[in-house]
This record gives sequence, C-alpha cells and structure tokens, in this order.
Amino acid sequence: MSRETLLNAGLALLLLVLPLAATALGEPFYVSLATRMAILALAGVGLNLALGFGGLISFGHAAFFGIGGYAAGILAGHALNAEPLLSWPFEFSGSDQMHVVWLVAALASALAALLIGAISLRTSGVYFIMITLAFAQMFYYFAISWPAYGGEDGLSIAIRNGFPGLNTALPMDFFLICYVLLMLALVLSWRIRDSRFGAALQAARQNDVRVAALGIEPFRTRLAAFILSGMITGVAGALYADLNRFVSPSMISWQMSGELIVLIILGGAGRLFGPVVGAMLFVLLEFLLGGLTERWQLFLGVILLGVVLFARGGVIGLLVGRARHG
Amino acid sequence: MAEPVLDIRRLSKSFGALKATDDVSLDLRAGEIHALIGPNGAGKTTLIQQISGALKPSSGSIRFLGEDVSALDVAERARRGLARTFQISSLTPEFSALRNVMLAVQARQGSSFRFFRDVMTDASLTEPAIAALSRVGLGDRVRTPAAELSHGERRQLEIAIALALRPKAFLLDEPMAGMGPEGSRALTVLLDGLRAEAPILLIEHDMDAVFALADRISVIVYGRIIASGTAAEIRADSAVRVAYLGEPG
Repeated sequence: MSRETLLNAGLALLLLVLPLAATALGEPFYVSLATRMAILALAGVGLNLALGFGGLISFGHAAFFGIGGYAAGILAGHALNAEPLLSWPFEFSGSDQMHVVWLVAALASALAALLIGAISLRTSGVYFIMITLAFAQMFYYFAISWPAYGGEDGLSIAIRNGFPGLNTALPMDFFLICYVLLMLALVLSWRIRDSRFGAALQAARQNDVRVAALGIEPFRTRLAAFILSGMITGVAGALYADLNRFVSPSMISWQMSGELIVLIILGGAGRLFGPVVGAMLFVLLEFLLGGLTERWQLFLGVILLGVVLFARGGVIGLLVGRARHG
Repeated sequence: MAEPVLDIRRLSKSFGALKATDDVSLDLRAGEIHALIGPNGAGKTTLIQQISGALKPSSGSIRFLGEDVSALDVAERARRGLARTFQISSLTPEFSALRNVMLAVQARQGSSFRFFRDVMTDASLTEPAIAALSRVGLGDRVRTPAAELSHGERRQLEIAIALALRPKAFLLDEPMAGMGPEGSRALTVLLDGLRAEAPILLIEHDMDAVFALADRISVIVYGRIIASGTAAEIRADSAVRVAYLGEPG
C-alpha cells in the first residue's frame, strides 16, 4: 500500500471517529462540525473532478451547491404545505425524502452544468474563470429576486428531510448519511481518475493539442466531467441545506465558490483526498480561529499563501509527495 | 491507377500579405514515403497544420481516403486515420511513456467514455502500448514520466504514439530533429519498414535519411512547391540545388 493510500485511510477513519467520540462524550455540537466537514468535502470532491483532474478552474461551483440547496428547500416546502410543484407532465407535490431530493438536486445541477459548461468550456484560462463566475452570479441574483422562495431572506426547512430507516433528526444518523455519500463519491472519483475517461481528462489538462491529435475531443471530455462535477456538488448542497435546515442565496455567492476552490488548493488539487483534508482543515480553522476573532479568514489567507508558495501539492503533497501516474 | 491516400489540391494559406502556402498540390500514395523538404520558414509545418486540421486553409481542398476532409476538425481527421507527430514533442508530461501510448491505443479503440475500469489492469491497452514502445526502442523506459525522458527519447515516444494509432497515413514533422546519429539510423530503419503499413508524408532536414528513404521528394520554398520527383530527379534539378541544397547553379 502506498503512503497516500495509508494517509487516505487514516483520514477517512479520523472523520468517522471524531463524531463517534463526540457522541460518546455527550458533545453533539462536534457531530454537526464533522457533518459540515463531510458535506464541504463532498462538494469539494465534485469540484475536484473538474478543477483537479480536468484543470478547469470553475469559479462558479456555488451555483450547483445552491441549486442542490434550493432543491432540498423547495421540495420540502411543497411537501409540507401539500402544494403541487408540478402538474404536468406528472403530478409532483415535492418530497420530504432525502433520496428524492438528491435525485432532483443531481438532475437540476446536471442541467445547469450542461448549460454553463457548453458555453464556458469553449474558452479557457481566465475567461473560463470569469464566465463560470458570471453564470453563478446570475443564479445568485435570480435566487435573490424570487420572492416565492424567500428571495433575499432564504427559505427555512421546518423539518429535516427524512431517509428510510433512519431518524435524520439525530445528529449521528444524519452524519452517517453524509459520510456514506462522501465515501461513495470518493470511490467514484477514484475509479474515474484511473479509468479511460480519467486518462483522457487528465491528458487534456496537460496538453489538449496532443489529445485532439489522437482523435479525442477535449471539449466533450471536459463537458462530461463538468456535468458529473456539478452533480456531486449539487447533492452536497442539498445535504448542506438539510444540515442548516435553511437555504439562502448566500449558498450561491461567489464567496462560496471561492471557499470551495480554497479548500481544494489547501488539501491538494487533483488528489483523491485533497478536498477531504481541505474541508477538515477549513472547518477546524473556522471553529478554532472563529472563536478568537471574526477576522479568522485573515489567518486562512496566510495559511493558503504558505501552501501556494511552499507546498504546491497542498497538504497531501506535503505529506506524501507528488502524484504518480502509472 | 488507384486514388491516392491523401490528395491535396491547390492549397493556399495567407497570413495578411504573406503567402505561407501558395497553390500547393501534392499527393501521398499507398506504400510510399513522400518527403517534403525545404529551408526553414518555407511553410512545411504550416502545410502539415492544414492537413491535420489545426489550421484552416484560405483555399483549396484536402481529400483523405477518397473523401473531402477540409471541413473536419483535428480530432475527426485523427479518428479517420491521419496520425501526426509534432516538430516539437507534444506529450502529456506527467504521464509515463506507457500511459502516453496507452492514451493513443484508447483513442484508436474509440472508447474514452468508460468510467470505472483501471486502465493499468487493461491488457487491451497496455499490451499494444508496450509493443509500440519496444518497437521504437523505449522498452526499458516504459514507466518513466514523459517529462523525465531525454530529448531523443521524447522524439521516439512521439513515433510510438503515432504507431499505436495504427493510422491510414502518417504525417511526420521532422521526426529525427535532434536525435543524434545513432537514433536517426535506427529510426530510418523503422520508417523504411513502416511504409508498408501506411504511407508517410515526411518532413525532414536530415538529407541522408531523406535520400535513403523517400520514394518521391517535393521541395517547398516560400510556400511553393518548386520541384517534385524521385530522389535522383531532385538531386539533378538545378533549381533545387540553387534554392536549397546550397550548391551554385
């Protein structure tokens, strides 16, 4: 087993033991902290597909995070009030079940990613960054100016959506749902990285002229990755709304997009567990430093600067060295 | 006579007032090596760019395997069997030599939308890739990242990638550039046998290799083809001697 595999296993275990220990010690607050870590890590695993493997620096992934969040909020609201959400082509009156919410979140995010990707992936570099940002801002202002679903004030979820066989109101049950989804996304991400599709995607990041000369379309490869990436981040958004039992336009803000990028860079872009380390550190710093000062992001900035200057592979790169490709 | 594999008719490309390609017609027939020579800046790479689809010609047509491919993009032409190597090695630097070639095998199989199986355990990718690497003499550098290969080894890797595509025609842009005498000799032997698999349009500055290999030679100067013929005819052509081979008329 490589050092990276060992480190990854250790991290997965640590994230699981943390809330178990907190529950045993009667400190449920730390369970919700670990849940936040798992959800942000999941959003990061999504972004890492595009940004880490594909080199697509999306500054608009908050759009998918927010779409997932609103999917949870809107479906739950309609289910509570028994107002039909759709009457055509089929009757649909929302849902307070997480698996339905995730499906809707993933499909809506996929559609948005198809739209955003089909246009933005025709550009590259700083133009790509700006177009993805612009799209996310459009979604942001759309959410703000949509009074039916709370507008600027956001939307509360009266009762956390349920999941068959579990009591999601219990912090530990909800944590386990988030944790299992994170692990599934990591397995998917690991398989994709080593697959033919992953090879084409990572090669297109390194040299798209070469990839096209082989007969593989970089655009189609990237678009598929971007859609998958948006779907995973969308599901994370749905969980985030359920965690807070609240969704607001701030989930779509450009700061949110920035935070997702930051936690990937912090952990190690293109590394399987990069987003996991990043999210754990991010939430931990927010908790520890946020207790000392409101300006805790100043310290985050200093740490990020250190990582960018001295540890380009992020924390994972610092601990186990550069990635090896077969 | 059978239609040529690659048939270029009256191709022109202008950059402003500069005519980089000026009414060029040439063809590539099954089983041959057709060498394209000319001084630096004559427009050889510009011509290759247009044939491969990276540059759009101002006018003229390109037919490949009996069909007009002028409107197709680079990837589509590659899928139809046009394999191009680059004058300056163009590789995926973080990938090992093996994975560089495996990507070509995967592209030939037309199967890049598979999301689960680990490519390193897929013998239908690794075996043809290792065979191609052995053929160019990189059999002992399989696991080395492309970025860590020497200049000459990268040139060999370019050839291995082209081989793995099993194309219907090769476009080789100065494959011997910077290779050293031993590497050039080995590559000359390889290309000599390769023409039976698919014809080769060869751009090359190494005149020993060109005259040893080419069935036909075309000479391009200032974007125009000034002479075309067998090696013996080109050697005897006085215009070529003045313009390119550096001999007084």
